[in-house]
Amino acid sequence: MSPFSPQLEARFRELMQRYPARRSALVPMLLYAQDELGWLTPAAVQRIAELLAETELAVREVIGYYSMLRTEPTGKYHVQVCTNISCLLRGGDELYAHCERRLGVGHKQTAADGVFSLEEVECIGACSWAPAVQVNYDFHQELTVEQLDKILDAYAARARGERTDS
Amino acid sequence: MADPALVHLTVNGQPLQVPAGTLLIEACKQHGIEVPSFCYYPNLSLQAACRMCLVEIEKMPKLQTACTVVVSEGMVVNSDSETVHRARKSAIEFILTNHPLDCPVCDAGGECELQDMTFKYGAEQGRFVEPKRHREEQQWSPVVYFDRPRCILCYRCVRACGEGMDVWALGVANRGINATIIPSHQDHLECEECGNCIDICPVGALTSGAYRYQTRPWEMQHVGAICTFCGDGCKTTLGVRNGEILRGDNRDKSGINGDFLCIKGRYGLDFTRHPERLKQPLARRDGELQPVSWGYALETAAKRWREIQKAQGAIGVIGSTRILNEEAYTLQKFARQVLGTPHLDHHRTADFPALFDALAGRGAESLARLDDLKTAPAVLLVGGDPTPQHPLTAWNLRWGYRQHKTRLYVLNSGDIKLRRQAYRYAQVASLAAAVRYLNGEGEAQSAPLTGVAEPSEKRWPQTPAAEVARLDEGLQDFRARLRQEQDVIIVFSGDIAGDSVRDLVAFGNSLSGQTRYLALADNANARGAADMGLYPDLLPGYVPVAAGQAGLNLEQMLAALPRQGLASLYVVGANPFRSHPVAAGDLKQTFLVVQDLFLTETARQADLVFPALCAYEKAGTVTNTGGQVQPQRRGGGCEGAKSDLEILHRLAAAMGEAAWGAADPDRTLQEIRAQVKGYDLPLAKLLAGEAPLALPLNGRVPRAAADLPLRPHHDTLFTAGTLGRYSATLNSVMEGRADKR
Repeated sequence: MSPFSPQLEARFRELMQRYPARRSALVPMLLYAQDELGWLTPAAVQRIAELLAETELAVREVIGYYSMLRTEPTGKYHVQVCTNISCLLRGGDELYAHCERRLGVGHKQTAADGVFSLEEVECIGACSWAPAVQVNYDFHQELTVEQLDKILDAYAARARGERTDS
Repeated sequence: MADPALVHLTVNGQPLQVPAGTLLIEACKQHGIEVPSFCYYPNLSLQAACRMCLVEIEKMPKLQTACTVVVSEGMVVNSDSETVHRARKSAIEFILTNHPLDCPVCDAGGECELQDMTFKYGAEQGRFVEPKRHREEQQWSPVVYFDRPRCILCYRCVRACGEGMDVWALGVANRGINATIIPSHQDHLECEECGNCIDICPVGALTSGAYRYQTRPWEMQHVGAICTFCGDGCKTTLGVRNGEILRGDNRDKSGINGDFLCIKGRYGLDFTRHPERLKQPLARRDGELQPVSWGYALETAAKRWREIQKAQGAIGVIGSTRILNEEAYTLQKFARQVLGTPHLDHHRTADFPALFDALAGRGAESLARLDDLKTAPAVLLVGGDPTPQHPLTAWNLRWGYRQHKTRLYVLNSGDIKLRRQAYRYAQVASLAAAVRYLNGEGEAQSAPLTGVAEPSEKRWPQTPAAEVARLDEGLQDFRARLRQEQDVIIVFSGDIAGDSVRDLVAFGNSLSGQTRYLALADNANARGAADMGLYPDLLPGYVPVAAGQAGLNLEQMLAALPRQGLASLYVVGANPFRSHPVAAGDLKQTFLVVQDLFLTETARQADLVFPALCAYEKAGTVTNTGGQVQPQRRGGGCEGAKSDLEILHRLAAAMGEAAWGAADPDRTLQEIRAQVKGYDLPLAKLLAGEAPLALPLNGRVPRAAADLPLRPHHDTLFTAGTLGRYSATLNSVMEGRADKR
């Protein structure tokens, strides 16, 4: 049984036709799978290996290579704080330390309520607007600790089902 | 330029000439210039991971990895400059960043490439002062352990497992400092357990469960023996300490197997230490087998046999497919001259007589060595499953597929793993009918296909994916394509015999180009047993006995037992009652003498049991299934047991044959070289381990009076007839599998 939606399975079929070697579709397939499931479950790894006629090991090798591919679930909102050079110079490490205190978790950990998870990441390509934080696919930039708190408040409220403006 | 195919380059001021396309590291090696490397391994894909082989090349701005640079005309290389020396020092320093300095207890200590490289090229001090990262060692299977901090990430194991074995059970997870080798199933390996990853590991990161922490390499003698399991004749280097065989490996790559060894050759040899090894003769007294002295046992056998001879009772002799050539030759001589019986046979697993009969009048050009499979343009494999039964044959077939795009045609009644390398695969209901069809007799329908090649994703994209054959045209297409081949090696197992072998040879000979043949027989010296004349109707070298003089074959002998048709049966290193159980009372009138390592199903029924040495405990020669003759050297010992040769000579002496003298394998070998057609091999080549080819092509070989069905063992990866049952390591691997199911 496929762990993926019929739409995603169809997308995979299309992707696999696109490259001269079928296995070239592996990285995009993993990204789409992660988007749909939140993380790369064993069933997802198995299904992708099967589709590509590769071993599960070969799929795991690629997952291990890329830090943005995850084999464990994250919180509903995955907070990625950049502490690379530009963000560091503009206080990225303070943002990260604040997140650790506020969320009570460390690098690549998920809070007990499952709402937030935290990750210290390398450059996310937002140097011009440092310091920057990425929550799921949303960017928040030129942040102070106070602004970050508001943003996290808004996500927390959204998780509780409250409507917010942000 | 004289030869356009040659490229001229200069290394360290020395002019070199090498064929175009050669890698710089190989060019240097061929001319005796050492360029160190960890990750480069001949005949595996290139990696360029270790940075040890950096050299300076003029007009190139940075140091280059000699393992990936292909030589070009006029290239000027310096592998001995200050810069290069500094680069090597840095590479070693970097590799040692997290490498533990547990060399004094590491299995690889003393035979570690990192130690040697550090000694020769390393810096006297490292600049990294941070604590080394430690990880606990992991057991991945009963035979494979992984010590992560020792790993230098050369990827050799990954490539040997995938490219060499086609198992793909090892990979690399993560990146940078977190990169690590991982097994196929997260925390354990599910693989063929061949252990090649352990041999190929340049350090002690992968170690053998059967050997680890037992000894230091320099405390062992290293004896080049020939594996006693399948018929391929791999060399296994025995590590022997105080007469005890502790390990087998092929690190020195000197055998016909190159750097390959399968699980049986590497781990199976612990049967030598099995607690049930027989160490003294046993005689049946009051219905029980009880220990007796050698003198008593020999006298008893001689006395009874003389009595039986006087009474003109029939004596049957069943020989072994694991004893050495000298012993097999001496056994047939003993049977024919001392016991005076024509009833002599062995457990047959390939029809050599039919092959040599069909090849009558031809020479060496019609026989293939195992090595030839590595470069053959086309191979037809009929029957058998080489992956578990003839692992070196399978390794060579994969090698040919990988390196030379060998077109492998498989004709089989089942679905075998080599399908993955097959160019055409025909799965048929009857091999005999399919072979008859190939040879132009009968219709394709008479050999119904049960399957044909399916499209499979090929690991090596340079080889065209097998096209799908339609079921109705499968065998026609198969034959048509074979007929277009110009150079074919036909490999066949004991799944076909007699007229099918003759049909196959007739088909092969009808091809327009060169055709060579290779028969696959089980057990280390099955070919030797056949060549040495352990047949009721064939003398050594397949010379027929005089008309009407043929004795009973194995099946007939066993069939005669319930009728009390044999006064005595002498079984040397065979276990016929495993496949042909005898009923109580069948042996009442038969004096059964068994000579073996263990109390097998057959030995348990015996009146007299002689404890024998195994192949690793004696010297002589063995012939592999392709006819290559190799010296067997004495590794360990087993106090109380004697070699089959010595037992035969002592029995002959006890029976009054004074002329036989003491056992001397060298003298027997001289006799074989003089007497057995095809064995007049140059002694120097033979003893140097060059594995010269025996050519027992001797004219027509008459068909056996009674057709004897072959009984191939159909061994799995982890079994090897009766002998394999006594290997604790092979058993532990199988139990590990069973637990997981």
